[in-house]
Amino acid sequence: MSDRDIERLLGPAATELGCEQCFEALDRYVELELAGAEADEEVPGMAAHLEGCPACAEEHASLLALVAEEE
Amino acid sequence: MPASEPASATARLDDPSARLLAGLQATGARHRDAVAELHSLLLRAARFELGRRAAMLAACGAAELDELAQESADEAVTAVLAKLDSFRGESRFTTWAYKFALLEAAVRARRRMWRGREVPTEPADMGLVADRLGSPHDDAERRELLGAIADAIRDELSERQRTVLVAITLQDVPIDVLAERMGSSRGAIYKTLHDARAKLRRALAAGGLAPGEEPR
Repeated sequence: MSDRDIERLLGPAATELGCEQCFEALDRYVELELAGAEADEEVPGMAAHLEGCPACAEEHASLLALVAEEE
Repeated sequence: MPASEPASATARLDDPSARLLAGLQATGARHRDAVAELHSLLLRAARFELGRRAAMLAACGAAELDELAQESADEAVTAVLAKLDSFRGESRFTTWAYKFALLEAAVRARRRMWRGREVPTEPADMGLVADRLGSPHDDAERRELLGAIADAIRDELSERQRTVLVAITLQDVPIDVLAERMGSSRGAIYKTLHDARAKLRRALAAGGLAPGEEPR
């Protein structure tokens, strides 16, 4: 079992948002990231949630890629 | 600017986004045109999401993929219109709207990929846990850590927590698929996963095996 597998089992140690809060803030977070702003400071708990939730992480990656493509 | 509108909302709206939002808030032909434009944008976003999963959706034909995209866009337009009043202008309107289409398409894609596949919704078999966590190739410290995790999964978690943790983290079941089969929601299943993980971390800490650190 790899370190990554163990991380998946145990999840992030930091305090994290829930899925609903993640979806709520996702658009703002992505635009902050693309603007080079401190997205993780502006939206506390988002980075930890994206580390812990594979589904939200996939949708974050998609929104980031889609909006980046337009800019 | 209307007195009720936050200053930041107007300041952050770029032109195409602002025009679309204003059209959606209008009535008559202008509203209908804006809804059609929104649908077109969200259909593009849904196709973008499905395109990112093309390899995993290889079993789908073009017609089925188009149907998935159309359904996703339809549902996303409905969701956006229903939640229009909650848009606070913290991003461009299009960025806000896209996330609904990406979510709808991603959930549909995951469910399509798992259609016909068995999803474990009963308390996980500890034999499976032992198989995944017990490797004779690991060194003694790693074996101690994995053994403690397996013990905590067996002894500390409720049946539901064990089911959710094992399905998502050891069997790679997508959370939306598990939620659908368990008659629950992504948020509720993730809360169960979060609580299960917290119990594992506490059990490891109590045994002096803090994750991410060398076992003592």
